[in-house]
Amino acid sequence: MPIAHEPAAAWGERVTIALSDIRLRENIARSTTRFAAQRLTALGELPDAAALRARGRAIRADAIDRLPELHTELRQRIEARGGHVHLAADPSAVTRKVIEIARAHGARRIVKSKSMVSEEVALNDALAEAGIESLETDLGEYLIQLAGEMPAHIIAPALHKSRAESAELLGAPADTPAEALMAIARARLRERFLQADIGITGGNFLVADTGGVVIVTNEGNDRMCTSLPRVHIAIVGVEKIIAHAADLPDMLKLLTRSATGQRISVYVSLIDGPRGAGETDGPDEFHLILLDNGRLRLRGTPHEEVLYCIRCGACLNVCPVYRQIGGHAYGSVYPGPIGAVISPLLGPASAYGMLPKASSLCGACWEACPVGIHLHDQLVALRQEGVRSTPWPQRLLFAGWAAAWAGSALYTAFLRLGRVAQRLLPHHGGWIRRAPSLLGGWTSTRDLPPIAAKTFRERWAERRP
Amino acid sequence: MTRASLFVTCLVDLLRPEIGEATVRVLERQGVQVDFPEEQTCCGQAHYNAGYRTEAKALAEHFCDVFANSENIVAPSGSCVAMVKRHYPELVGQRAAGVASRCWEFTGYLRHVVGVEDVGAKLEASAVYHASCHLQRELGTGQDPRAMLARVRGLQVTEPADADQCCGFGGTFSMTMADVSTAMADAKLERVKATGASVLVGADAACLLHLEGRLRRQGCETCVMHISQVLDHADRP
Ligand code: SF4
Repeated sequence: MPIAHEPAAAWGERVTIALSDIRLRENIARSTTRFAAQRLTALGELPDAAALRARGRAIRADAIDRLPELHTELRQRIEARGGHVHLAADPSAVTRKVIEIARAHGARRIVKSKSMVSEEVALNDALAEAGIESLETDLGEYLIQLAGEMPAHIIAPALHKSRAESAELLGAPADTPAEALMAIARARLRERFLQADIGITGGNFLVADTGGVVIVTNEGNDRMCTSLPRVHIAIVGVEKIIAHAADLPDMLKLLTRSATGQRISVYVSLIDGPRGAGETDGPDEFHLILLDNGRLRLRGTPHEEVLYCIRCGACLNVCPVYRQIGGHAYGSVYPGPIGAVISPLLGPASAYGMLPKASSLCGACWEACPVGIHLHDQLVALRQEGVRSTPWPQRLLFAGWAAAWAGSALYTAFLRLGRVAQRLLPHHGGWIRRAPSLLGGWTSTRDLPPIAAKTFRERWAERRP
Repeated sequence: MTRASLFVTCLVDLLRPEIGEATVRVLERQGVQVDFPEEQTCCGQAHYNAGYRTEAKALAEHFCDVFANSENIVAPSGSCVAMVKRHYPELVGQRAAGVASRCWEFTGYLRHVVGVEDVGAKLEASAVYHASCHLQRELGTGQDPRAMLARVRGLQVTEPADADQCCGFGGTFSMTMADVSTAMADAKLERVKATGASVLVGADAACLLHLEGRLRRQGCETCVMHISQVLDHADRP
């Protein structure tokens, strides 16, 4: 089973909803512009950001290359300390495992730290169905849980909400300052941390040579989730692994500077198993669930580099499409450029097959990506793979167009025909107002220049007889 | 004397021939001997980016044949040049080897091959420069058009806020995803207008047509010029 959530409405409908929501677009523009500017400042402070990015890419490439052996190493080290490691093939394998662990402990209440993978597997829905209460403890996640929405961004799930909207969700006056909102949430959550039987987190990195999970947060809620409840379950994508703990400083630098422009996040936790003998903190039991869900089969394909992703969100912040339509319009838990690439790869293609088309291929994502993923080339590759399932009229159009233009004789005939045909179209001030077929998309919002009375080649021929 | 084959690009050929003419005039004034291989059509970028690889390949092969003997190939479009330089090698292999390394964006050719920044142009106006994405990011030659514009007498050049944001053209994206494309154009135009400049200048005709088409639909008559037209501009006898 691929990504567990599926969009409720069709693409066109989702886009229309997003574009007509002025407040949403303002919220998104404000946050993404801020994140993007902070990222540039933070990277600008580094003596050689380009070299660091190259190193980051190399570290990730090496890890994906040696993934099976690194997994073995990780597993052995965690098991040696009494932890459990499970490989889950798909979302239902994750939810089954979590429910199984919960039942074994008679657990009724779960607290969760932010995890995109848990969104990918729709964990909260599965837990609710099993009668287990699960509470998001990251402020943004908590807000969207209250709102009953999907995250709108991979690192800032509630970035589409203004402060006033957030206050409303928390039942506070609209002008409550951000810190006060934090305090309200914190007070409510504190109680629940103490009652929880299980804490669930994601993981930003897996480290093979020390056998650990690295969790990066700004609120410290992950520490409550990993230390107060009796059981800690970390759910992480199989690809998040790196070989050496010694590479962590570089990876963390890239992650936090690219994500929020912070030199380092407020909290960085390294978890390597349950509470050891003689230790005072930590859970009795530690489980690491590694989710595959279509990732492993990307190794060795032209899409392999998407596995380098460290989910920093930088590509979303700089993306001009994301800035206009926001996260929800993508219909996937993973929006933006990286979402438009991995959602169709993880599937189902029926739900996400058109996302690669939702890009002007401007390359801002590639430029921003801390591990240099050629996101816009990936989008083109996916379009090329998707062409076979394109409706035949469009295929015919492109095939005919290319066939005609592959030689100058037909090209010239084509333009002569076009010049006659365009006379039939409505004009305004010398520009075309309405055109058929593909061009109709253009003229729906823009005037279209007509084919010139004399093309360049005709003028050239006259000039040089 | 340096020789250049003009690749005028299909959009300029069909829709904006005056950009091609301005390009030729500026080059010739610098002593470049310009030829125009008349068999040329289109670089195939629209097909390639829309996913029609086989179709794009046919156009790319045609391009390679047409320009096989050219000393240099010059095009008034960063995007088409990026297609040739970045994607042809992968699309048509060896056949692209010659053309990819000899293909130049117009202002890059002037600066790096001809070795000129001041072409004697003069235009009393305030202009806002739109940096097109493929020239900026794929070619990485964003300084070329800026350096050329900076030497135009009388021209005040500014850039809009969030200058690195795409205008929303994106080839067939502008037609298949017209609403998103237009929202991007509107965001760009809002910032362009905020500069108060009287002329919008860019180095890619496609982006300019998209923006101008939108301006016209909004009822705005803002003057839109390709950089070749700005560089061609002067009070000449
Ligand atoms: S693709 Fe690159 S920029 Fe986007 S989230 Fe992943 S690492 Fe960050």
